[in-house]
Amino acid sequence: MAWDWQVFCKETTSGEQVASCFGRGGDITYLDWMLSAWGWTLSVASLALIVALVTGSLVGILRTTPDKRLVFFGNTWTELFRNIPLLVQIFLWYHVLPALIPVLKGFPSFVLVVFALGFFTSARISEQVRAGIQSLPRGQRYAGLAMGLTLPQTYRYVLLPMAFRIIIPPLTSESMNIVKNSSVAFAVSISELTLFAMQAGEETSRNVEVYLAATAAYFVSAFAINRVALFIENLVRVPGMIGAK
Amino acid sequence: MNLDFSFLSWGVVQSFVLKGLVFSIQLTLIAMVGGIVLGTLLALMRLSGKPWLVVPAAAYVNTMRSIPLVMVILWFFLLIPLLIGRPLGAELSAMVTFTLFEAAYYSEIMRAGIQSVPKGQVYAGYAVGMTYRQTMQLVVLPQAFRNMLPVLLTQTIILFQDTSLVYAIGAYDLLKGFEIAGKNFNRPVETYLVAAVIYFVICFSLSMLVKRLQNRIAIIR
Repeated sequence: MAWDWQVFCKETTSGEQVASCFGRGGDITYLDWMLSAWGWTLSVASLALIVALVTGSLVGILRTTPDKRLVFFGNTWTELFRNIPLLVQIFLWYHVLPALIPVLKGFPSFVLVVFALGFFTSARISEQVRAGIQSLPRGQRYAGLAMGLTLPQTYRYVLLPMAFRIIIPPLTSESMNIVKNSSVAFAVSISELTLFAMQAGEETSRNVEVYLAATAAYFVSAFAINRVALFIENLVRVPGMIGAK
Repeated sequence: MNLDFSFLSWGVVQSFVLKGLVFSIQLTLIAMVGGIVLGTLLALMRLSGKPWLVVPAAAYVNTMRSIPLVMVILWFFLLIPLLIGRPLGAELSAMVTFTLFEAAYYSEIMRAGIQSVPKGQVYAGYAVGMTYRQTMQLVVLPQAFRNMLPVLLTQTIILFQDTSLVYAIGAYDLLKGFEIAGKNFNRPVETYLVAAVIYFVICFSLSMLVKRLQNRIAIIR
């Protein structure tokens, strides 16, 4: 089977080759389409990551507080979002919630997917945040409280700065997972990389080339996140700990 | 909007959902058994210290782990017919895909499990005259397997959740069963809701069981 990478320079509606590989005016080539799909993948993933980090940290913190009700709420949240498949959760946000809560009907599916993916991942992040906080010696919490810090202050100045540094490696792999998991958004017609691969592959009958390109794009995105996370890890290293310079 | 679950009779469940549930469970079990066997082999390859075994195994595991499962499902659905010259069908294709995909994840678990067995155990095996194969089979792997049992089962729960992704190639699984029932009775909201509840009940109770098992093993050790 011969390769045909020229397929990316084709115009999407007429199928004509475009010399520059980028469409002009209102026309787009398959390359243009793929880059825009890559953009959608990255936007879904990065916005969902923000949602996941914020809610996941919050829920994780709640699960380590002395208040039993807050712990129960945190545990319920985590079990709920961890035990339903992502695809089903996306369908819940897309089909079920707007029917139950009419306000959501006005939301574009992009926003719904961001929340679905974000909350799904928040359950995993809350596990890591909880584990990070619990890995600290209990004395640190007591020391903070004994010095007269309030509980929120103890978290802010004593526990969290250490806990977050400890869990950077698992958070990194979770961030890479979120890029991979964003591929499930194809199911509600977000035009991200997977949907691009399915549709462009069908239109051009050049499945292998199109899939390879999309897969490479996922590779590159995940690798980039890995590098950024490594950079952050180096930046916030605690002197004197294992792995510090 | 009022929810109306009255259409969900036993007959509806039987004709739409049951077939999907059976397939989801079948797929999970096949991929679990196949994945653990293949994964253990991959882990042994990676720990063998021989570059011609380590490099391909590591490359396989890392590649599988950096591609989204949906893409892997689509890839296999596309490539298997090219390789064997005839279409395989969504269900069979899913079974092959999940076995090969999960092998990468199980292999990482088994690698950690094998590494958690003290080195002295291996030396002890050799010292009493066992071959490599016997040492692994009779001494190291049983312990590794036992140590990692909760993690292996947790991965299997994730695998069960992931089987819903066969949606991408149109295989008939649990979710698809609910979806078709919802379309037939024009009640998509209710069926998706019930699907979510069913998935939750299955996965939550399994994870509770794993937790209990974990406590049990911890006590014996």
